[in-house]
Amino acid sequence: MVVEIKATDLGVSYGEFRVWQGINLKFDEPGLISILGPNGVGKSTFMYCINKILIPTEGNVTIDGTDVNDLSFKDIALKVAYVPQASNETFAMTVMDTVLMGRYPHSGFNTSAEDLQIAAECLKIMKISHLAMRNFNELSAGQHQKVMIARGLAQQPDLLMLDEPTSNLDVYNQMHVMRMLSKVAKERGIVILTICHDLNVASKYSDRVVIFSKGEVYCDGTPQEAITAENITKVYGVKAGITEVDGRPYVLFYDGGDEQFQ
Amino acid sequence: MKKLHTSGIRRSLEQTNIRLHDMRHHAREKNYEGMTEEEVTIAQYKAHRWSKLIFVFILLAVFIILAGAELAVGDYDIDLWSVYSILIDHIFLGKPIETLEQTVVWEFRTPRVLTAIAVGIGLAMAGAGMQSMMKNPLADPYTTGISSGAALGATLAMTLGFTLISGTYGTIINAFVFALIPSLFIIALSKYRKPSPAMIILSGIALMYVFNAAQSYLMLVADPNATSAVYAWTVGSIDGTDWGDMPFMWAVVILGAIIMMYLSRILNAMNSGDSYAKSLGINTDRTRVIILLSVSILAAGIVSFTGIIGFVGLVAPHIARILIGADNRILIPLSALVGACLMMVADLFIQAVLSFSMPVGLITSLIGGPIFMIMIIRQKNEVW
Repeated sequence: MVVEIKATDLGVSYGEFRVWQGINLKFDEPGLISILGPNGVGKSTFMYCINKILIPTEGNVTIDGTDVNDLSFKDIALKVAYVPQASNETFAMTVMDTVLMGRYPHSGFNTSAEDLQIAAECLKIMKISHLAMRNFNELSAGQHQKVMIARGLAQQPDLLMLDEPTSNLDVYNQMHVMRMLSKVAKERGIVILTICHDLNVASKYSDRVVIFSKGEVYCDGTPQEAITAENITKVYGVKAGITEVDGRPYVLFYDGGDEQFQ
Repeated sequence: MKKLHTSGIRRSLEQTNIRLHDMRHHAREKNYEGMTEEEVTIAQYKAHRWSKLIFVFILLAVFIILAGAELAVGDYDIDLWSVYSILIDHIFLGKPIETLEQTVVWEFRTPRVLTAIAVGIGLAMAGAGMQSMMKNPLADPYTTGISSGAALGATLAMTLGFTLISGTYGTIINAFVFALIPSLFIIALSKYRKPSPAMIILSGIALMYVFNAAQSYLMLVADPNATSAVYAWTVGSIDGTDWGDMPFMWAVVILGAIIMMYLSRILNAMNSGDSYAKSLGINTDRTRVIILLSVSILAAGIVSFTGIIGFVGLVAPHIARILIGADNRILIPLSALVGACLMMVADLFIQAVLSFSMPVGLITSLIGGPIFMIMIIRQKNEVW
């Protein structure tokens, strides 16, 4: 059964500053969903509300009908995994140990044979088996990102949330990661939510696109519906044109001159 | 047995280290023919885990040798093998303590060695826990102001005669209770503000200044003898303990060890940052308070008996981390062993090399500092 995540009249304010309000979103179909929008529009904040890292000031989020505030962190961790944008390790463990940490909600103190198997599979999916015994902090930013995605997959969630999972990756790895996420979502029947700044990568691999702008959900639909020249220009303030690559919209950006950046 | 062949021990340790490195390298390069990619990963990981356990066994052997040497060396030298047979005879076979040799080992020296071990284990585990919880390599068991709290408690007893309970344990109980004030203060504050590492460190420093000021005042107005006693206390020594002190001190250490081991996997997750740890199902704010309290009780339980022994709690976890990496599940027990060994080496240095008595707290810093410096320069795995 696919997990159902529902945000109702959700609003977050930091003191006087209102991030957004009146957000109503529902995710209940397996697939890769990309959240787009300019910097500081509250995309990460929205993710934090789903797994209770942040308590919203208005409205609520439910997972399979239960308000997240009534769930413990542990209950949420069994259903929702989160992959942060940047690694934040002080004392590094090996890559394998780092990925095995994703098994924490499922296993107790000891690592079972099943945990090892799952972690090894996730390394293979991310094409980083050869890094398994390396120390996490000896790796590059892109490799960190792949390890963290593997760790998120190892948690075997119903909802996998990734905050800019491809921000440090080269073009091959960007496409590999997004393609793999899209495939995993369908194979496992899970919802995968990514925050993305590369409109073309999002367009190519997402099943659904949600665009945040100016304190609200500006647009929610298929890539064809959401990624249009008009929307991009309105939301990002950049002159854009659309062509088609692989049957998906492909955005071309034009320099709008000095007045665009006033 | 006046002179110990430490250079020999060091050389064999180094050789074992090189051999281990070869073994690990070999394991990595081994031909995993006919195995799937996942099987190779798992096989490598298991080999890696075993190679870490070998360090534990090596240190365990070093630990036993050092403990024996500690019991053997002193004004009345005893053969190393006699020491072990006396211990085995008395502990496991229940033979009574009768001869002079047996009395020296069991009545005079064992409490001292047990204290050194308890100090090493307790402070090292507390340090490892504090460093991982705060995500800060500079953290040690005293970071929250435990040491200055304990010092003020002891100073009150020694200069004014103010003790929370009367009797021989007055100073110890004073030090213990005052050492816990900083963490209780942070717990009270955590109702109003998130107990972040920065908040914990800053409120620890704030309290430290207050405690130090109060202590300095008390020492200024006290008579010189009391001031001197306070000063000796703050340096940290294991000379003053006897069998009567062991039950409480070891109860604290064993309880602390159980809690720290139970928390080790949570500490691993907290090392990746609060928001990730929360997404793994860990209530980070509550857990941080629990870890803080456990570490404080552990450190306070030791400091109150021995005074402030520095450095072990900071350095032992780092040495362990250089040897086996940052996985707290194995780091915490290995830190404990390293800490115990460091304490015994420092005490052996006093007993065997120096001809005069010196507080062990001075030696841990004096020898530990340079050793640590060398290890930082020579370490190959960047673990922090």
